[in-house]
Amino acid sequence: MTGTHFTKDHEYVRVDGNAGVVGVTDYAQSQLGDIVFIELPPVGKIISKGEPLATIESVKAASEVFSPVSGEVVEVNDVIDESPAVVNEDPLGAGWFVKLRLSDPDELAGLLDEAGYETHVQNL
Amino acid sequence: MSNLAVSETPPVARVPLDALHRRLGARMVPFAGYDMPLHYPAGIVAEHLHTRTKAGLFDVSHMGQAILAGAGAARLLETLTPADLNELAPERTRYTQLLDDSGGILDDLMATRLPGRDERLFLVVNAATKRQDFALIARKLPQLALHIQQTRAMLALQGPRAVDALKLLLPGVEELSFMDWRAFDYEGAGVYVTRSGYTGEDGFEISLPATIAEGFALRLLDHPDVAPVGLGARDSLRLEAGLSLYGHDIDATTDPVEAGLTFSIGKRRRNDGGFPGFARIRAALDHGPARLRVGLAPQGKAPVRDGALILTDDGRQVGRQVGQVTSGGFSPSLARPIAMGYVERALAQPGTSLRTELRGKAVELIVTKLPFLPHRYVHLRKDRT
Repeated sequence: MTGTHFTKDHEYVRVDGNAGVVGVTDYAQSQLGDIVFIELPPVGKIISKGEPLATIESVKAASEVFSPVSGEVVEVNDVIDESPAVVNEDPLGAGWFVKLRLSDPDELAGLLDEAGYETHVQNL
Repeated sequence: MSNLAVSETPPVARVPLDALHRRLGARMVPFAGYDMPLHYPAGIVAEHLHTRTKAGLFDVSHMGQAILAGAGAARLLETLTPADLNELAPERTRYTQLLDDSGGILDDLMATRLPGRDERLFLVVNAATKRQDFALIARKLPQLALHIQQTRAMLALQGPRAVDALKLLLPGVEELSFMDWRAFDYEGAGVYVTRSGYTGEDGFEISLPATIAEGFALRLLDHPDVAPVGLGARDSLRLEAGLSLYGHDIDATTDPVEAGLTFSIGKRRRNDGGFPGFARIRAALDHGPARLRVGLAPQGKAPVRDGALILTDDGRQVGRQVGQVTSGGFSPSLARPIAMGYVERALAQPGTSLRTELRGKAVELIVTKLPFLPHRYVHLRKDRT
């Protein structure tokens, strides 16, 4: 399964085979405002769908990011650890959070596709 | 993600500049019963830095404004506050607090003695507390008249270029010294200006009729150095300036001495008393308070927020709780987290190492002098009272 899948809570996972790149959407970053710190999980952490994956600290408040799928953290983005504002600038590109090895690709069927997510955001 | 939707109590009122905020692209949020701008498209960090380098325009129309009038008004208001108000000269402003019977802070406020034969004080109080404040003053001082200024808006223009922008509309504001007040005629309307603010910068607080507020704000925004600034940056600016926010750093459980507001307790009042909670405050002045409000520098990059417990840092598994964070966030000017909170007096020395727990991890907090950034108030002469 390939393509980008979204949660109603504004996380995304971009999938290629059983690898997934997880981050937050442009809508999320625009709502959060200036991001000043991101706490990422350690590589090797096993995480279940819906569990806290990371914490975003914006100037205003702390927000949890929940994992859109289950899997093992195989890589974290050092760039956003050093420069969290990259998430504001390019959330779907350079501002990704972690790479997961998916343990249950069937979970993707329960997520929104891009058109479905856009409709969801427009109705907020 | 959690926490994306800001939904507190629904707003019940709109400020006079509501339409302007929306035209400027503000993100509006409920605050103290009003729909208020949290930030504009530039964002909190840019608005914060703009205020520190140029000039930020804040809408503070949600705050309470009133005139307390009648013979002996200053002397009578002293029965509710610890400031020397009787000595306050006309057109001078003083910061003080309304206290309860145990010396707890019911609100903090600005009081200005107005010029003229009749004795009148102009009061500015916090938005969230204004109804209780005005009810208290009216109940305790029935011999005076309290005129609540419901048709006036209030703007704050803050930053090193504020004076340049405001003097184009109100020539003469450049002659005011910190905490001076003056009434100006602006196109036939009475505009009251104090050289004061809550950012640590030079600047002005401007009370004006609501009907002219938008036109006045637009003229200020025409100036190339002036940008609109929302509540988000107002909070980060006052935190860098080490200034207390009512409901967070000060409330009915804190007294002015432990809050570090002893400077605002009048010399005569320290001896003579005559205000609520004098016994507790006198004891705190004589023997030192049990705890003190201090600055805290969290080590690392993660902000430590209001409510975090402050623990001793003695290497043991569980530190002893010695205080609590009351304000915390990210400092755009210093590009690191900063916080304030109360700690036991013995641990209030700058350099003391304490800690807190953040998401299960220990974070070191180093006690730091306040303010985090030096104040840049403009004193044009040796201040009179």
